[in-house]
Amino acid sequence: MNFFSGKQLLDLCKEHELEIWQVMLNRELEASGRTEKEIFADIEHSLEVMFHSIDQGLATYDRSLGGLLTGQSKKLYEELGEEKFYLPDRTLKVVAYAMAVMECNARMGVIVAAPTAGSSGILPAVLKDAKETMNLDTQKLIEAFLTAGAVGLIVMQNASVSGAQGGCQAEIGTSTAMSAAALVHLKGGNARQCLDAASFAYKNIMGLVCDPIAGLVELPCAKRNGLGVLNAMLCADLALLDVRSVVPFDEVVDAMNNVGNTMPVAMRETALGGLAATPTAKGIEHELFSNTELNKGR
Amino acid sequence: MSNNSLFDVIGPIMVGPSSSHTAGAAKLGRLARQLVHGDIVEVRFTLYDSFARTYRGHGTGKALLGGVMGYDLDSEELKHAETIATFRGLKFSFEEGHKDGIHPNSVDIHLTEDNGKKTSLSGSSIGGGNVVITSINGIETRLQTNLPAIVTHHRDRVGILAEITKFLAEKKLNIAGMNLYRSAVGKDAYMVVEIDQAFDDAISQELRDLIDDIMDVFVIENR
Repeated sequence: MNFFSGKQLLDLCKEHELEIWQVMLNRELEASGRTEKEIFADIEHSLEVMFHSIDQGLATYDRSLGGLLTGQSKKLYEELGEEKFYLPDRTLKVVAYAMAVMECNARMGVIVAAPTAGSSGILPAVLKDAKETMNLDTQKLIEAFLTAGAVGLIVMQNASVSGAQGGCQAEIGTSTAMSAAALVHLKGGNARQCLDAASFAYKNIMGLVCDPIAGLVELPCAKRNGLGVLNAMLCADLALLDVRSVVPFDEVVDAMNNVGNTMPVAMRETALGGLAATPTAKGIEHELFSNTELNKGR
Repeated sequence: MSNNSLFDVIGPIMVGPSSSHTAGAAKLGRLARQLVHGDIVEVRFTLYDSFARTYRGHGTGKALLGGVMGYDLDSEELKHAETIATFRGLKFSFEEGHKDGIHPNSVDIHLTEDNGKKTSLSGSSIGGGNVVITSINGIETRLQTNLPAIVTHHRDRVGILAEITKFLAEKKLNIAGMNLYRSAVGKDAYMVVEIDQAFDDAISQELRDLIDDIMDVFVIENR
């Protein structure tokens, strides 16, 4: 059982009366030659590392390696309940989770790339929240993990998920699409609705460039993971309402890929364009790198 | 990309912040270490382009050094690699190099063992934690592998490959891929044999003892 497009995935679901996660599991069983027990154990381990990375991020105000992240997720998490924000606490809590993973990442903590390190906050954040608020068991989380994986797999087979090749839309876009599909499944949505939610995720941020300050996986990456959480939840809700994606998932992925391919190199993780090219960012870059041990020739 | 596993999509599990600048760097360090049998007393890194420019912000130096000490790309110790190296008495240094047309995330790793033997490996981190080895001890390679592998350092001569593959067949090890690199006819050569099955490290000694003109055999775990 294998699939290379959203259409093929939906056809398999229909033909065999399976959900996305079951098709993905069958594919993995065949491709890896491993047992269901082994695969589930690895998924559980990945989930544990994901949730641990959230805890790590929320634990301290320690600065990141590049010094641009200074415990913003912990601050947000601790100030919930003070009725000072526009968004509801529950939503902001998930944003804090996503940003916490990015802080853990930027402090050289252990994370699970999902699908990349720079976009590793969104999936753990929405899964942890779903687990807490919907009181889900491990089986459900494994299903969500497989659903997200199926979406990411299709994208990786048809487009790039690296910021250096496709811009931020390819990284944050893909993690958001994967997360949105997982959320739809957790609320009982069907396979088509999962892919509709994934389509919405890309449409909402199509064209977003990859322009991190000083080339570091810190800013604006952390906030964009926070935005990804909101985008994923919105897209999942719209799909659960049975709003349909007029443009099918496969065409949306192609569009995203074409936008990425035509994006100027300066906007693709080179720190030459966008925010990275601003005088302030250049100043930070100069300060960070002009005085390294390396250049001192130690 | 058709054989991608679920865990290539959601994974690897790694120390941040960057799959290319951190995870790939750790992998390159580990690969270099696996080309050495004795204790490493000194390591010198020459970093190029993006690796050199952003190495501190991405922990590239820590990851490279941690890898050389044998730590995995998801090992918390990477973060403290410099402290651990100092504690162990492992001398290390980083310098910036320049080469035209080199991949932006490239490094030369020069290792010295306690007996004075020197080993070098050059490689590039090409994205998503994947790496390519571009030279071993000065001999150009183009090696990208995710499987366990046996690396032989031998003298180029008629029939030596047949002897090595026959040995592996007798051990019931299936060859997934083979790459051969040599400096010149009849001179130093390296062969990298990727293996599907897990195997015992002891076979490297066996190979060395059995077949003439094999100078050294290394085992790459590639976890």
